[in-house]
Amino acid sequence: MVFECFGASPPKPRQAALRTLRDKAGLVIDQALCLWFPGPSTVTGEDMVELHLHGSPAIVELVLRVLSQLEGFALAEAGEFTRRAYLHNKMDLVQVEGLSDLLSSDSEPQRRLAMRQFLGESSSVFVAWRSRLLVALALCEAAIDFSDEADVAEKAWRQSLPVVETLLIELQAALAQAERVAAVRRGVSIVIAGPPNVGKSSLLNRLADRDAAIVSPVAGTTRDVIEAAVKLSGVHVILADTAGLRRNTDDAIEREGMTRTEQRLREADLVLWVEDANALASINGVDRIYDVKIANKSDLIGEQESIRLRNDGWTLISARSGDGIAALLQRVSDLVLQRSTVGENDVVVRERHRVAVQSAVDHLQSALTRSEDTLEFAAEDMRKAAQCLAGVTGRIDVEDILGKIFQDFCIGK
Amino acid sequence: MYDVIVIGGGHAGCEAAAASARLGAKTALVTHKFATIGEMSCNPAIGGLGKGHLVREVDALDGLMGRVADQAGIQFRLLNRSKGPAVRGPRAQADRKLYRLAMQRAISEQENLTVIEAAALGLIIVDGWIVGISTEDGQEIKCRSVVLTTGTFLNGLIHLGEKQIPAGRVGEPPSHGFSQQMRDMGLTLGRLKTGTPARLDGKTIDWSSLDEQRGDNPPVPFSFLTDRITTPQISCYITETTARTHKIIADNISRSPLYSGQISGVGPRYCPSIEDKIHRFADKSKHQIFLEPEGLDDDTVYPNGISTSLPEDVQEQFIRSIPGLEAVRIIRPGYAIEYDHVDPQELDDSLQVKLQPGFFLAGQINGTTGYEEAAAQGLIAGLNAARFVAGEKPVHFDRAEGYLGVMVDDLVTRGVSEPYRMFTSRAEYRLLMRADNADQRLTDKGIAIGLVGQNRQNVHRHRMDDIARARALATGLSLTSAAAAKAGLKVNQDGQRRTVHQLLSMPEVGFEQLTAIWPELASIPDYAKEALEADTLYAGYADRQKDEIAHFRADDALPIPTDIDYLALPGLSMELRQKLTRAKPTTVGQATRVDGMTPAALACVLSALRKSRAA
Repeated sequence: MVFECFGASPPKPRQAALRTLRDKAGLVIDQALCLWFPGPSTVTGEDMVELHLHGSPAIVELVLRVLSQLEGFALAEAGEFTRRAYLHNKMDLVQVEGLSDLLSSDSEPQRRLAMRQFLGESSSVFVAWRSRLLVALALCEAAIDFSDEADVAEKAWRQSLPVVETLLIELQAALAQAERVAAVRRGVSIVIAGPPNVGKSSLLNRLADRDAAIVSPVAGTTRDVIEAAVKLSGVHVILADTAGLRRNTDDAIEREGMTRTEQRLREADLVLWVEDANALASINGVDRIYDVKIANKSDLIGEQESIRLRNDGWTLISARSGDGIAALLQRVSDLVLQRSTVGENDVVVRERHRVAVQSAVDHLQSALTRSEDTLEFAAEDMRKAAQCLAGVTGRIDVEDILGKIFQDFCIGK
Repeated sequence: MYDVIVIGGGHAGCEAAAASARLGAKTALVTHKFATIGEMSCNPAIGGLGKGHLVREVDALDGLMGRVADQAGIQFRLLNRSKGPAVRGPRAQADRKLYRLAMQRAISEQENLTVIEAAALGLIIVDGWIVGISTEDGQEIKCRSVVLTTGTFLNGLIHLGEKQIPAGRVGEPPSHGFSQQMRDMGLTLGRLKTGTPARLDGKTIDWSSLDEQRGDNPPVPFSFLTDRITTPQISCYITETTARTHKIIADNISRSPLYSGQISGVGPRYCPSIEDKIHRFADKSKHQIFLEPEGLDDDTVYPNGISTSLPEDVQEQFIRSIPGLEAVRIIRPGYAIEYDHVDPQELDDSLQVKLQPGFFLAGQINGTTGYEEAAAQGLIAGLNAARFVAGEKPVHFDRAEGYLGVMVDDLVTRGVSEPYRMFTSRAEYRLLMRADNADQRLTDKGIAIGLVGQNRQNVHRHRMDDIARARALATGLSLTSAAAAKAGLKVNQDGQRRTVHQLLSMPEVGFEQLTAIWPELASIPDYAKEALEADTLYAGYADRQKDEIAHFRADDALPIPTDIDYLALPGLSMELRQKLTRAKPTTVGQATRVDGMTPAALACVLSALRKSRAA
């Protein structure tokens, strides 16, 4: 139909062909490489046509004018093709999310994670979880509906328990990885923290290679959190410089800054704890959770003190001179890479997934508290859990629970 | 001139005729022979899991099945007794003769109901309206609405080994006319299959070697009207197939019409023939068989578990390889039967044929199996036929009101691919729809539509008053934690007062202990105590399911025009377009339950709806 209105014959399906496009009056608009993909084996499931035009505004305008005479013609809205693919069951919700992440990915781990989702590999993990749960549910239903059948009786329920138990362990493992996986998607968040005036902002500027943070010798210069996006070994990283932490301050603004620092520390994927090398003689280590402890201003201490600090696990740098920065970068990069590997079961990517899996876990835990005599509750719990998992991919196929029962048991007196 | 004619005197036909007559419609039941009314063609049992729920619901609407079964029951068992009340199912072996006679008595006593012995041939339709039926002997009987309940009689064909015999049941001729007439109407028909085992002579069974299965004592009746079962109770016996049984069947499997390709109809997976069981579950070394006496003064025994269509000589061989049956005499061989059914997607939720006003179908003709499924449909079809004649709106039952609603919705929105049987797992609101509360769920609605007689109304009011009084006591009576401890109840000493309702929710607390504290609890009758216990057991889940029901009812309240052209809907798979075209859902809720429906596809349908409204 599209080709007819340009006075051209359609190319063979899925084969590129050169066509001369004309308007109604026979005027040549353009010569274009054309493709025709008949549905339903297309991206959206519908018939698709591609016209590879010489993209000048004049040509595009003429082509659109001709096309607009077709019945049902409309310009694609944002996300139109994805929406149609979803409606035609070509993609599920997780794949749609994957595509969106894929389009905005700017680091290799992000691309890998998004690609797994886009290709449906993550969906198939959810689908497999759900179908195993349905097996357990079928066993449970069999024990209820066919309790008078010799072949089913009580063993069905007992068979369903290990299925639920293993599934529960896997779901909980996936939840445990959720934070790390989320970090891959949004970028690894690295927080630089420590007492005031130890040179955290200078370190940020060194690492970010630009003056993102204002540096001054006055303690408490950084009141709010300052962020810089950088890439370490191809991984998207968000560096955050925070207000220095100290016990007592009368300054309300500084206190607010410290509250925000604490908040960021809780959410951080990696914490770089910075101290002033000069002050370290008087403190006995760090009473906080950190990944790397850094002693700054190493240019101001002696050789002997340096050795002592190194032996004590400190990474020595001088943000001012740049000494030790390269080694620190290497160390942080390694840690970032470690946390950005994407495994097969890393499927809980978004908050939406986490909430669904968490409530599936809650329902399954409840199911496991049931006994032979309260099976109807266990079945109800499993049904709810299955709904949660189905909601993630957005595909709720009606499963033939009874079919599973008849497959496995000889039913019928 | 009748208002309603019901064709067929089986379980669907009897309930349909009685329901129509209860609503005051002048009703005729047309059947070959009065004497076969209420015949149990297959196993002599009523009820079971899911099925027992249906019997209670039919009873709650003042139907016949529960009352009749209570008169005929010779072994009662409450299945799943150790589990919660939501999944308990009453079941009874019935004396086949007592059942038939009790049903015939109920039909004879019913006002407004006449039985006509005749073979119905077809509908007489003038200008699109039903005006009567014709019979094989040339009569025309006038009426305005027809309920057709043909069971296995529509083009029925019995298979017994290599032999094929046209019949509706053994020894009774099939019925041909209606299939063609319904095809001409434009209805889609299909073919299904079912089977029955041989009948054995109990005098030739060695009972002494077999395990006995006793019934419950005291027996739990089906009907809310029955206080006590007075029919004498008997036992059933259990035996099982042997390696030799399996070998005989395997060696002769090619002589079974199921495997020779002679049978095209689909049989139920949950009621397989013995040759199916041995073929499909070859690793099982034995299968259980229940030997069920067919009556108190009848030596016929129904061997439950070995339905078959193997030739007679093979049947005799394999049955005699079973312990206890070594010298058994076979009274009648088992057989398979194929019959026509109508695709139930041709019906609306009052079981009326969408293409023919006033024409209702119920029972096996709709692709179901089972006496109870048939009875429940019969009641719905009969009551709506009477309402049709009176010019009243159809009455339907939704999936949250009862198993009968679940069944009708499953049938009309999803169709059938095998004979449909009820299971509790088909009901999503299982925890709320229990056999014990069928009357609480349905009898008031039945009274409102005039389906419930005076006697049951009185009994029902009395029961509901008792339950209300019990609930009031349960929330009104309370004691402090100290008083509870003094009375021997293990509760946290938190100074809180606890009601009877709260105390009952503790697993170790029962009515006995509480009656010692509050003697007035002794006056609560058992059924009200059971209602209270169920209330407390399911309290948490009940609230959640009620929320879901509210959602589901909201969807079911959104109408979809039936003239929507699904084939022209872009964005739906071709398969789904065809399924929607077949099912023609009338509400959004129904559309969501069409086989293969996805949220995305539903979004498509909804957006088409919005467009068609805007246009």
